[in-house]
Parts: sequence; C-alpha cells; structure tokens
Amino acid sequence: MNEIEARLSSSPASLAEQLPPFSDSQALHEAARCLYCYDAPCTHACPTHIDVATFIRRIATGDPLGAAKTILEANILGHSCARVCPVEELCVGACVLHAEGKPIAIGRLQRFATDHLYARGVSLFRPGPPSGRRVAVVGAGPAGLSCAAELAKLGHAVTVFEKRELAGGLSTYGIIGLREPVAVALAEVEMIRRLGVAIVTGRSLGEDLALEELRRDFEAVFLAIGLGGMPRLGIPGEDSVVDGLSWIERSKLDPASLRVGKEVVVIGAGNTAIDAATVAVRLGAERVTIVYRRSRREMPAYDHEYGFARLEGIDFRFLTQPVRVLVDNGTVRGLACVRMRLGRADASGRARPEPVPGSEFVLPCDQVIAAIGQNKVGWLERLGIATENGFVRVDEEWRTSLPGVWAGGDCIRARGAASTVMAVEDGKRAARAIHRALCATSAAAE
Amino acid sequence: MADLTTRFGGITAPNPFWLASAPPTNSARQVHRAFEAGWGGAVWKTIGAPVLNVANRYGAWHWNGQKMLAINNVELISDRPLDVNLREIAEVKRTWPDRAVIVSAMVESTREAWHDIVARIEDTGADGIELNYGCPHGMSERGMGSAVGQVPEYCERITAWVMERASIPVIVKLTPNVTDIRWPARAAVRAGANGLSLINTINSIVGVDLDTLRLVPDIGGKGGHGGYAGPAVKPIALHLLSAVASDPEVRGAVPISGMGGIASWRDAAEFLLLGATSVQVCTSVMHWGFRIVEDLVDGLSRWMDEKGFATLDEVVGRALPQLAAFEDFDLSFRTVARIDPERCIRCDLCWVACNDTAHQCIDLVDASGQVVQPRSWDEGSNGKRQATEGRPQPRVREADCVGCRLCYNVCPVEDCIRMVEVDSGRPAVTWAELVRERPEVGRDWQAMERYRRDVGIDIH
Repeated sequence: MNEIEARLSSSPASLAEQLPPFSDSQALHEAARCLYCYDAPCTHACPTHIDVATFIRRIATGDPLGAAKTILEANILGHSCARVCPVEELCVGACVLHAEGKPIAIGRLQRFATDHLYARGVSLFRPGPPSGRRVAVVGAGPAGLSCAAELAKLGHAVTVFEKRELAGGLSTYGIIGLREPVAVALAEVEMIRRLGVAIVTGRSLGEDLALEELRRDFEAVFLAIGLGGMPRLGIPGEDSVVDGLSWIERSKLDPASLRVGKEVVVIGAGNTAIDAATVAVRLGAERVTIVYRRSRREMPAYDHEYGFARLEGIDFRFLTQPVRVLVDNGTVRGLACVRMRLGRADASGRARPEPVPGSEFVLPCDQVIAAIGQNKVGWLERLGIATENGFVRVDEEWRTSLPGVWAGGDCIRARGAASTVMAVEDGKRAARAIHRALCATSAAAE
Repeated sequence: MADLTTRFGGITAPNPFWLASAPPTNSARQVHRAFEAGWGGAVWKTIGAPVLNVANRYGAWHWNGQKMLAINNVELISDRPLDVNLREIAEVKRTWPDRAVIVSAMVESTREAWHDIVARIEDTGADGIELNYGCPHGMSERGMGSAVGQVPEYCERITAWVMERASIPVIVKLTPNVTDIRWPARAAVRAGANGLSLINTINSIVGVDLDTLRLVPDIGGKGGHGGYAGPAVKPIALHLLSAVASDPEVRGAVPISGMGGIASWRDAAEFLLLGATSVQVCTSVMHWGFRIVEDLVDGLSRWMDEKGFATLDEVVGRALPQLAAFEDFDLSFRTVARIDPERCIRCDLCWVACNDTAHQCIDLVDASGQVVQPRSWDEGSNGKRQATEGRPQPRVREADCVGCRLCYNVCPVEDCIRMVEVDSGRPAVTWAELVRERPEVGRDWQAMERYRRDVGIDIH
C-alpha cells in the first residue's frame, strides 16, 4: 500500500476530484428542499432502490450516519455510486422537483452522508452468524464486492479472487479521479474486508485459478469478472495507439508515467472515451478531438458527460471513421479518416454508418487514444459456461448454465448501459439467490 | 394610493407600523435610523426599575434550514440609566414630530413609583405611555411585568394609578401567559386605559443543546424560561387579538395595537382585519433590520388599492364578524378535495397524509384507471423513465372525503389541490340548533345514529 500511496501522492491537482464536498450547511439546505415524497420515484429509479427520501431526511435531521446506513443497506458501494452514478438518468432524473426545474442534488447528498461515515471509520454492518458455507467470488469489482458483502452479512464465508493488484475493479482502475479518487474505492474494499471477506489478489480465472477447483472447494461460485481488454481497431498503425482504459488507469495510479501529446485524437464516444479525453485536456494537451463514426444521437456517452466534455474544451468530429494512423519513425503524425453518412439501422437498432467515397482526410495529431469498448467474455465457453452474444447467460436467479455457478455485473450485461450501480444490484440480488440456494440445500440435507 | 394614516386613540402616525418595545428601540440612535427607514412609530424599550442583564440573552428556534422561526429572550427592560433614556426620548420626539413615540414603562408596583414615572415620561413630550404588564421573565419575579398582567385586579389597580396622573394616552400591554386574556383586557378598560396592545412574549424554553446538554441560551451553565416571539407565534397572537377585539367590553371602547410574529405586510394585514388599529414588529426587525418597513408599507398599500380600501378604517376589524363558536358552524356545509392531475407532481404526500392520518379517501390510480398500492413497481425496474412514466396518480374518492383539508395543507404545489364546495343535500343546521331541537342527539349515541340515518350522514 505504501508504494501505491506514494504514487497517488504524485497525482496532479488537475486530476483531483472535481466537485467539492457539500458543507454541513449546504447539505442541510439541500436536504431541507427535499419534499420527502411517499414511495418516492427516485427510489424506484435507483437500480439498488436506495430509500432516497429517508436518507435525505436523516441528513436534514442532523443524523448523517443514519443517512449513510439507509444508503449502504440498499447499496453497499454507495460511497462510489454517490460519485459515479449517472444520476440524471436515475434518481435525479425522476425527482418530482424536475417540474420546477430544480431537482434535489441526490448524488451530492449521498456523498455527504457516506463521506461522513468513511471519515469516521465506523463499521455499520457485522458479519452474520457463521453458516458454515463457503462461497467464492471471482472478480473484486462492484458486482463481486457487493455480492461478497451481502453474503458475509448473511454469515457465509466468502473469498474473493481478483486478478489485478488492487481490488475495486473499474472503481479503482477505470473511473477518472475527477469523478472518483482511488481512495474512495479502496475505502470500500477495506470496509468489505472488515466484514470478514477474504480478498486474494493476483489470481486470474482460466490462468492460475481453475473454475473446477473453485467448484470443488466452495459451495457456490459467483463470477463477476467484468469484460476484457479493448478490441483491436483493425487499422494500420494500430500499435501506436494508446489503450484508453490503460490510459485512465495510469492517470489514477501512476500519473507521473503519462506522456500527453499536444494534439490528441480520441477514437470512440462512450463515457470512457470522454474520460480519456478529459485526462488528456487536464494534463495539458492543446487540442483534444473525439472522433466517432456515427452522429451525436447514436453516441453512447450520457448527455451530461457530453456537456461536461464540451465545457472541458473537447472537440467532437462526428460521422468520422479512422482508417489509418500516420506514424513516422515511431512518432504519430496524424489520423487518416473518412467521412461517414448514416444508412439503415443495424442489429443494435442504431443507424449503420457508411463511408462517403473519396472523403478521406487527415487529422493532424501526435497522439491517438482509443476507447471503443471492451472484449466480451465468449471465452468462458471453454470453461463450460454458456454465453450469448459474448455475454454470460444467466436465468432469473443469476444462475449460469453450470450448476453451482452464478454470475453478474458487466459480464452478463447484454442489454442496457453497464454501470457501477447495476453491477452492485446484480451482486446484491445474486447474493440473495445464492443464499436461497444454500439454504435449500441445507434444508434438503437435514 | 391608500391612505395609511393611523389614528390610535389620541396618537397619530403616518402608518400603522410601529417598532415594538424591545432591543430595536433601545436608544435614540436606533430609533432615528428606524424613522429614517420609514417606521410610523416606536414604542421605546421599557424604562423604569434598575436592572442588570446577562449573557447569552437570545435563543432561537431554527427549523428545517430556516433561521429564526422564533426567538426567545431573557433580556430585561432597558439597562441604560433612566435619565439617558428620558433625554433621548425627548430628542427623538423633537426631531420626529409626525411619528408616534410611545414609552413603555415598568416600575415597582406602588402608586408613587407609577406617578413618578408617568410624570417623567410626559416631560419628554412623548405621545403615549405603554404599561408593560407582560414581560414573563426576571421582572415578573420582582412583582412586575406579567406578574401584574396575570392578575386582573392588579392590572386594574395599577392602570387606575397611572390614569390618575396621565394626561397623554395610556396603552396597556397584555401578556398571553394567561388562561383567558379577556379578563386582564377588561380590567384595563375598566380602569380607563386608552388602548390595549398584545401580545407580549410567550413563556418558553427554546431548546436543549444535544452536544453539551445545556439549555439554550446557556447562561453560564444555567438556563431558564424566556419570552418567545417571532413568526411561529403569529397564529396564537391572531387568536388572542380576535378574542379581545370581539369582546363586548373592549370592542369600540379602545383601539388595539396588535403584534406577535409580524414579518411581512401580509401578516400585518391579517392583524388589521382581526381588529388591530396599529401593529408592532420586533423579531423580524431583529432578523433583517429596519429596512423591512418598505415592504410593510408598500405591500399593504398596494393590497389596499387592489381591494379598494382607501383608509385603514375600512380594513380594521373587517374579518371579525365571521368569528363564531363551533356550535354556530353549519354542519351541512360540505367541501371535498380535488386534485388537478395536470399540476400534480405525484409526490404522494397527500396519499400518505390521508391514508395514515386522516380519512383514507385518496387512492393511487394507474394509467388504466385501476387502483394500485404504493410500491407496486417491479424490483427489477429502474431508471427515470420507468420510475416516472408508470407512476400512479393520486385521486380523491369524493364520496368518502370529509373535507378535512389535510391534503390541501401538505400539497407542495400551488393550486394543485382545491377544496371545492359541494351540496351536501342537507338543510343548513348548527349544533346549537340541532341540540335545541333534538337534545338527545348530543347525549346518546343511538339517538345520534338515528339522526345520521334520518339526514343521510354516513361516517365510514
């Protein structure tokens, strides 16, 4: 940890958490505005169904620890979610005060409450009475940690296996520090360890961790392995392209190692592309341009992320397809692109972009970063786990095709936007399903 | 432009807005500033017996992010030397001949002491004297303030002593810390007082600090009751004002200066409508300063213009004739709540208020018109669209609505819930009339049931 702390301490201020915390009086005033709706729509909109109105009332009555308890009972990773949730699409988007254009700043209030909790190091939850059952969780990202915590609260002995050096998954490695500092994710990991969950790092499924062994040594296995690395662009000069996820990871854990260009082009228009572009801007790039082969309408990034990017000064070139990276003696000189136009809808329901003949042009740049999604997990078929379109197939109880193996998080998210909060909910509900299954087998044994 | 000229007994002022006897009127410097800001009058902070003050003096009740809903004080009457006060009062009156300068007084309960203070006040040229029979802390322990106001006989005797000597108008300020304020009011009128003012502060303990476990305000490790004032006391003041203003022994005999929680022209207008000829203000000035008088004067005259009132005489007491006892209310008058689905933001506060605590006549209705229960959404659904588009709409079952008006009160949206008058189908009848005709209805549940059946009153 000391080495990590040392690296984190070199992080530049430009990459530090962007929104300041609410002061006590800001939180009190914002909380006082909340109407305390009954059966509030914000709670319905939240994938983990946090009782938002109740936690806000508890802030208003001067009980921030009580507020944190209300939050974490529904969402054990509420400290991260307060920062990374697309609240405009969820709780805040559903706030009844939208009618007058001033919804409650739910994410900021949630952060106020969980910051209060973590600053005091209070343990809100205890491990349940030991059940004598052992569960393995593969992947220490939000889905895995959420499942592990819920199972531990139910008394099961949980071991989490994580291939990376640190637990936390994308919260630790993949969300830029402007939104979520590493320390936030690591504090949650510590809290889950205090619940008695063993976290073993540096073990990778299918490499030095065999699924068959897990199935033999544990009564249940929960796969929360997320997705893989970035798929190949398939264009000449690709070897000189920086991988967007690694770029963000280094910006969080080893910022001193980053070399930013003067003119940076980012390929892709999801939230990761915007984050990668933001890091480039913050580290001093003079011009940062996002190129995307479809139009703004098809862009997968949230509207508020797009708005944020524009304020950061990031340019967008829509309907632009990269065809070649121009590299001169190992130095990037530009990105050759063609213009696109939208044709008929494809399988994803989005209009299929088609190149405009003879439209090739060069975007001069000295660095190209790509963030075009992550590889799916079709390789799990080799371990005997059925997949569908590259995602793990699960039933309504989060069971995979393999007995005793459940799955959740990004690796099952075939539909809808993958997000931290959805992963947390998967983990929570899968934990209940696993618990039900374990209880059923104990009942059968008696 | 409405004429706000105020004639209060023999006292005149350019407007009815007077500073109440309190810290804001402690010195000439303050009262000059207040008159410059436009106040029509000022009741000087009580002068009289020698005192020493303590710290901390003011506690306050802050509620849900709103500061100073009410203030509580243990400050005594003026601790400045009597001569200084009298000299400054004279100077202020000379400088501001058109404003009402009234001096609040409180001395030991002897005839000599009161005769002496009346003479000294008259020498300043002040327009009137206010007898402080209301201060509920400190002075009352010394036999003054509310110790007088709480005993009608004392109230009458001391007022009579004052009237023996006074040649300028005398106003008696009443304490609300009594069971029936009409008794001291009548006593003052009997003794010849020229006016009444009410309410003085209400006895209170404003709170306990949950960190230190000390009373608020903390006076060196001790605390005690103090006088409570500010917006939170307004409804109590309005009730006591109306009780006095509608009393046959007071009505028409003397004018009343009303106070208690006035913060805006709207509050002031309500006091005028319930029988106050002038109004006095303290807490909101202590919160925001003398400048609030601009809103008071301007807002009141604009409202009077809109309502077609040319002078204050047309406003004062105008709402009093509606005051009635419960037994004189029409039992057949019926209203029901109606929710405007266009304005409704579906916070469902009306639903929970009605179903948990009132009369269970609001339903949640889905898009197909089916009644659904709260939290009937699927656990697997989420996102703003699913949470808002499928959200049911609260709707009143009018046949079951008793017209309690709780939903109207909790609704956060202006004009979303209206109370609509509907025909009950029953002839008008009051409780008094009913029990005069059918006395058994008030004594016997079976008779009551028969009566309800006869006239068609269904209690669900």
